[in-house]
Amino acid sequence: MIASVLSSVLASEGAPSFPILPALVFVPLVGAILIALMPSSRPELSRQMAVLTALLTGILSIALLVKFKTDDAGFQFVVQQTWVESLDIKFFLGVDGISLFLVVLTGILFPIALFAAKPEHSPKGYYAWLTLLMAGCMGAFLSLDLFLFFLMFEITLVPLYMLIGKWGHGRRVYAATKFFLYTMLGSAFMLVSIVTLAVLAGAGDKGGVSFDFTKIIATDNLATSTGRWLFLGMAIAFAVKVPSFPFHTWLPDAHTEAPTAGSIDLAGILLKLGTYGFLRYGLELFPEATVWFAPVMLTLATIGVVYGGIVAAMQRNLKRLVAYSSVAHMGFALMGLFALNVEGIEGSVLQMINHGITTGALFILLGFLYSRRHTYEISQLKGIAKVAPVFAGVFTLVMLASIGVPGLNGFVGEFLVLLGTFVANRWWAVIAATGVIIAALYLLWAYQRVFQGEPDEANKNFPDLKISEKLVMAPLVVLIIFLGIYPKPVLDRIAPSVKRVVTRLEVQVDGFKEPITRKGADLLKIESSHLNTGEHALGVATNGKGANQ
Amino acid sequence: MVELVWLIPALPLAGFLLLVFFGKRIGEPRAGWIGTGAVALSFVTACVVFAGLWNEPEHTFEASLFKWIPAGNFNVDIGILLDPLSMAMVLFITGIASLIHLYSIGYMHGDSRFPRFFTYLNLFVFSMLVLVLGDNLVLTFLGWEGVGACSYFLIAFWFEKEENASAGKKAFITNRVGDWGFMVAIFMTFFAFGTVTYTEFLPMAPGLAQTTATFIALMLFVGAIGKSAQIPLFIWLPDAMAGPTPVSALIHAATMVTAGVYLLVRVNPIIAASASWIPWMIAIVGIATAFLAATIALAQQDIKKVLAYSTVSQLGYMFLAVGVGGYSAAIFHMITHAFFKALLFLGAGSVIHGMHEEQDMRRMGALRRIMPVTAVTFIIGWLAIAGVPPFSGFWSKDDILAYALHKSPILYVIGLITALLTAFYMSRLVFRVFYGDSRWGESAEGELANLNAHTATDAADAGAEDHADAHEDSHADTHAGHGAVHPHESKWPMLVPLIVLAFFAATAGVLNLPFTENLEFLNRWLEPVVGENQVHLHLGGAQLTFELLLSTTIALLGIFAAYMVYLKKKIDPSRIELPFFANGWYIDQGITAFMGGIGRKGFELIAMFDKVVIDGAVNGVGRATRGGASRLRAIENGYVRWYALMIGVGAVLIVAFVMTQVSF
Repeated sequence: MIASVLSSVLASEGAPSFPILPALVFVPLVGAILIALMPSSRPELSRQMAVLTALLTGILSIALLVKFKTDDAGFQFVVQQTWVESLDIKFFLGVDGISLFLVVLTGILFPIALFAAKPEHSPKGYYAWLTLLMAGCMGAFLSLDLFLFFLMFEITLVPLYMLIGKWGHGRRVYAATKFFLYTMLGSAFMLVSIVTLAVLAGAGDKGGVSFDFTKIIATDNLATSTGRWLFLGMAIAFAVKVPSFPFHTWLPDAHTEAPTAGSIDLAGILLKLGTYGFLRYGLELFPEATVWFAPVMLTLATIGVVYGGIVAAMQRNLKRLVAYSSVAHMGFALMGLFALNVEGIEGSVLQMINHGITTGALFILLGFLYSRRHTYEISQLKGIAKVAPVFAGVFTLVMLASIGVPGLNGFVGEFLVLLGTFVANRWWAVIAATGVIIAALYLLWAYQRVFQGEPDEANKNFPDLKISEKLVMAPLVVLIIFLGIYPKPVLDRIAPSVKRVVTRLEVQVDGFKEPITRKGADLLKIESSHLNTGEHALGVATNGKGANQ
Repeated sequence: MVELVWLIPALPLAGFLLLVFFGKRIGEPRAGWIGTGAVALSFVTACVVFAGLWNEPEHTFEASLFKWIPAGNFNVDIGILLDPLSMAMVLFITGIASLIHLYSIGYMHGDSRFPRFFTYLNLFVFSMLVLVLGDNLVLTFLGWEGVGACSYFLIAFWFEKEENASAGKKAFITNRVGDWGFMVAIFMTFFAFGTVTYTEFLPMAPGLAQTTATFIALMLFVGAIGKSAQIPLFIWLPDAMAGPTPVSALIHAATMVTAGVYLLVRVNPIIAASASWIPWMIAIVGIATAFLAATIALAQQDIKKVLAYSTVSQLGYMFLAVGVGGYSAAIFHMITHAFFKALLFLGAGSVIHGMHEEQDMRRMGALRRIMPVTAVTFIIGWLAIAGVPPFSGFWSKDDILAYALHKSPILYVIGLITALLTAFYMSRLVFRVFYGDSRWGESAEGELANLNAHTATDAADAGAEDHADAHEDSHADTHAGHGAVHPHESKWPMLVPLIVLAFFAATAGVLNLPFTENLEFLNRWLEPVVGENQVHLHLGGAQLTFELLLSTTIALLGIFAAYMVYLKKKIDPSRIELPFFANGWYIDQGITAFMGGIGRKGFELIAMFDKVVIDGAVNGVGRATRGGASRLRAIENGYVRWYALMIGVGAVLIVAFVMTQVSF
């Protein structure tokens, strides 16, 4: 099957000389299979294979970034191969500005997660599942076929379930089961929506069934109420995945018990499947329902931001604290999507990337901490900054990025999300902006208890970061600073695709206009009220940069 | 020459980068010299650029480095707006920062984290320069947050002590409340104008709908009261004194805390376009803060706490100036205050240093003979803040009061009363520290019993002449409980800045003398920025003379009263130093009690709700399902391999379904 797909890809018309997208999926997939076939007695082989696979995939994702055409709003590097003809199910991959950076993030975070932590036992299975997880993530972000997407979305569940359940801490089975059942339940709703949509949209030949994403969005056969129901089905699956309030309680459990690499990939990448899903399979597939549900979604997102922060502040376990902070941060990502304007959605995509970097970095640091002290309990830790200044310094930087201090990456996404939301529905943004206060509250509070003060007996021999650990952190630290100061290269690539989505919303939904600024519309009022000054104000308003794009 | 403006922030940034990577290797004292050199060069560049700016049209120069955040209709650059306002700010920031860096080389001598101190200090100066030079609100916000973060690092510099760590955290979080307002103001500005660049939206402000302008001004004001420590967000500043004294001088007196005033002056067209209650609110909050903080300062025993509340009070004057339309007066006072308050803090640092980390004024006295340079320079600072002519504070404070009188006699009268209190509490400080009897090393148990401020019981190495090590672990509250304290004068790196600052504290009034318009240099310099919305006072000779004489009388009266109380001891100080004042009107305790009590309970309730209701519902559904389907219970036995098997079976079924449909 794989061979046939690969060969057909190579042969198909208009395809690039090298099938980079299938490679992104199949390199880790093949890697996982190879690791599974390796003898358990040679654990170092499986690690080497996993590292090799992850690095190769990472390099491919960087190559994709380099070759990506910045100004192209559509899907690039498209590859398709018929799979089930009667149902028009295809092996259909493509990348646009929205999925591009999620793919790159996957390509970067997985190797880092491999270097950041080693399994405590049974390395072979651990590496096999981790590599399979990478394949699933890549597939889910790249799929342009609804069935393929669903398959990939589900495939990611199994490895993570295994990673938590077998290589996790304490109550790992409880956490893994909860995670699995909760997400699976959400997926059931999504499956119903997908199948119904494939049938009702009638995008196939002669109005037949089709799972082809591009064909479906080209049709307009759904009744309004049907669209809303189907959106709801998708929304449940994605809301669980994000996770959005009130579907979030699996996350703290999963994070707390997951091994470090599991936490990094879960927070860094898998949660983004939820927000990415909302954008690709919510906003794009169901424009009318999106606009209709936007107030509900904004409300849930706002609650998530504030509520996640408050609950985070009350946690006694560092991993739970970061997990709840993810609820708050992903609330921002969700919020930006339903601002339904370019600023908000661009901010949301950026927030997904930034959250992956900063939270990934936080979990890596917590992993280092756990390897030294074998605890995540805040009460067990004290005064670490004095004995491990580099560790504390790096933690501080990542913490400030997470709080959203400008100049670091976290700010840009959050700021754009709030800006876009303010323009669309200002009071939600005003409330959600209090999230910046709460974020400072819980992180600084935790920082004080863990890092400041005089180290006690148990913590006074806390070793500082080793060279290898510094090397693991280095790329993330560079990204945190770079994306804070110069996010333009990322925003430039996201923008055309986001504009495409917003324009489609405007075209498809009657009476919907992208919420934008007044651009000095206020000022035009003067013209009528003060005739003598009106001309001047009008001149300013139209000549000023603000009146232009 | 004006193109060199980039170097002004770039030099401290370079210093920061050098120190952050190699600081430890560079070590003491070279790290200090690098830090000082970077900022001093920045000051020299600022002077060169200043000379160049004279030749620019309207004394304004704009430059953009690169696009920072382009998204949709939103676009901000990393760009510089150098105009008379930012130039004035840059000159005094870099000038004073250079002196304080130099001072720190002496003050921080022997600290185990000496290089780290200068790393933070350079980052701070960079951020502060970005704040004032940024050509748009978001870049100003970047600097705003940058200085906030540095303030956090430096307050908690000796983080081994819990109270220092708490003070840093409190400062950051209180400031974040203000930042919320700032952010919302940015959003509204963008919404209303489609741009957040000063030179683009400020000219449009006169045409703005009044409600919109009011909203923006109100939210910026919320931001400003956080950073500039006004009611009710002033509570962090007194605690911030936990940081090393040079930090208090630079960040918590001369520069960062004036950022709120700078912001309001910068957006003066927005304030002008907003409802008339906005300026009134700014003026009232300002004067109320000035008065309240002055009363609190009356009763403090810690020399740095007196100065901290004094700073809050003086910032109140600046807000008053903004509220009454005296923008240039606000900047004038900001500059003179930067000189004399930095001087006073550094002088206090010299005293604290000489007294082996003693901060309690009850254990000082008669220091003028032992620390002559510190004493003389401190006295100049005292006369300046007390408002004695011809020292700088007299002119700038009087300038503000003249605008206040123009707006309302009530504001003027309260302003005068506050001036009286200022003269009084500063005289109290000087008399108790430099005059009277020496009380060094006195345990002062009886007096201390009621105050929990100083609980340090560990007797420090009092006799050690090399007191450097005292910094590290027990710098702040350690005092020699029993016996020999040998105060000494500080060394030259600490004294030179004192002398330079004293010179300016004495003479900075010439920037803006009120006698003729020709002498109002600062007014004319700032005209392009604030001219349109500034109230133009044309004081007649008689009124001016009357006001100046009245101010002088008030200042002398305050000093005389303090003389009677603290040197002649005609009146019992406890009748003035009321516990109500000593405890800061119980505002801080009130807020802390609320946050720690009801606030915390609220948070706990929500966390409980999450655990019991939301997660409880999830687990409940899980249990109910399991209970109902008893035959399926076997799969719930918790064995991972069972689940794996079931998933495998499921996967096979799905694949089987697909295969039946496959047509390759």
